[in-house]
Amino acid sequence: MGAWALKDKAAIAGVGTTGYGAFPETDDYGLGLEALRLAVDDAGIDFGEIDGLIINRIPNYERFVQLANLNPTYVLATEAHGRFSAVSLMLATQALASGSAKVVALVYGNNGRSARAKYGGSGMWAPWGFTSPGATHAMMFRQHMHEFSTKSEDLANISVAFRKHASMNPAAVMRAPITVEDHQNSRFVCDPLHLLDYCIINDGGVAWIVTTPDRAKDLKRRPVHVAGYAVQASFNHNAVPNSDYWYPALRKVASEVYPRADLDRSAVNGLMIYDNFSPTVLFSLEGMGFCEQGEGGAFVRSGTLELGRGRWPTNTSGGHLSESYMQGWGLIAEGVRQLRGECGARQIPNCNVIQYICATNICSSIILRK
Amino acid sequence: MTYTKPLPTIDVWNRPFWDACKEQRLIAQKCNTSGKVWFPPSPVSPITRDHDWRWIDLTGAGRIVSWVVMHQKYFSGFAGEIPYLVAQVELDEGPMFITNIVNAGRNSVAIGARVQVVFDPITDEISLPKFRLLERA
Repeated sequence: MGAWALKDKAAIAGVGTTGYGAFPETDDYGLGLEALRLAVDDAGIDFGEIDGLIINRIPNYERFVQLANLNPTYVLATEAHGRFSAVSLMLATQALASGSAKVVALVYGNNGRSARAKYGGSGMWAPWGFTSPGATHAMMFRQHMHEFSTKSEDLANISVAFRKHASMNPAAVMRAPITVEDHQNSRFVCDPLHLLDYCIINDGGVAWIVTTPDRAKDLKRRPVHVAGYAVQASFNHNAVPNSDYWYPALRKVASEVYPRADLDRSAVNGLMIYDNFSPTVLFSLEGMGFCEQGEGGAFVRSGTLELGRGRWPTNTSGGHLSESYMQGWGLIAEGVRQLRGECGARQIPNCNVIQYICATNICSSIILRK
Repeated sequence: MTYTKPLPTIDVWNRPFWDACKEQRLIAQKCNTSGKVWFPPSPVSPITRDHDWRWIDLTGAGRIVSWVVMHQKYFSGFAGEIPYLVAQVELDEGPMFITNIVNAGRNSVAIGARVQVVFDPITDEISLPKFRLLERA
């Protein structure tokens, strides 16, 4: 079998992240523009070189293009769901590989905290009081508890590990260390999920500059290559929480992503896992084959995800649970910084390969390498 | 007293379902080709993608697949009931519902427990299908 057609066709040449927190003095446009300027500076390119633009979460692409004063040949807005951070990077890779663009800016802006985004309060099950992505994940996790004897305490290990990482990340919103007891004592939002199983909604912006490896090698920063990716949708027509934990879709992604990147799991130094709610970390680890299905709880119990302790340091920024809910955009920026060796106290030693995983109705994984 | 909880959104596809609920009948669409029964109501069979389907009466019997307890206030109409239980129920014919269990709380509900539909006439137009636990787990 020949090499995958898109292997190493894209390189992340720059990343920009704003502060995360409450910034009522700006909005999603302002945050996206600030992140874009930071990413352009980081890459060391001129704005005029940007001929591709993918925006996400920012309400109106036309207004954003006007504000950024850009006239790219390739312009696109992707859906606001967090699953589209990975999809956006895949689209940029395709645009570069096909010659549709040479330098793609990807920009995310979210003022959810100041706009008081609630992620609940509507939907077809509202007459029965059921709403919110958190409740959907709670429903899935209860089933996982029943099927595999998983416990809420297992989730606590995830939250505790990510908070420990956040304590080493000056940009993280929640930095005070927590214990398993703190997790267990935090209030239920949707039983079986506690407050500390939920991501933290904030204001912030993230941007990436993605270009061809040829162009990237002459730029300011060491390029980070998109070695491989795979994606699989997993919707069901029932409109209820997914009873399979996205396992079949994730298995398919796992079967494709490593061969495409031409490496195996043992080459991966660290993970960035989409952690909107802590159960997705277990679903991701099981689906991607880091452990058997149902063994995720035991797998994370002994500090497996913790920097300095475990084999698979995960979400070294603190992730969505403790850094800020930036819908995958911030996690991929962290992956880039790890591969560049810029992470200081939270640096993964000898970091050559980072894997991003997103378990949701569009399951995906991206392998980034130096 | 005015009903303050959210009401279902009636559309062209689910109107027959809600009309049937008013008559205390639980119905769903069945694919004439595959025999698949599904919910929520939709334009075409999810199996054949064509219009060769019919409405059938369901037994209203099923089992609990999962359940949660909502502690967060998302709806003012539910504020007085927090924390309240919501269950995912799989009917014997196959469709899944998100619903409330009228006679069970956190300590009596269990995955796998058998349930039977009951109808709660919440307005003149709408009867909400809920479920009754048939046995303690």
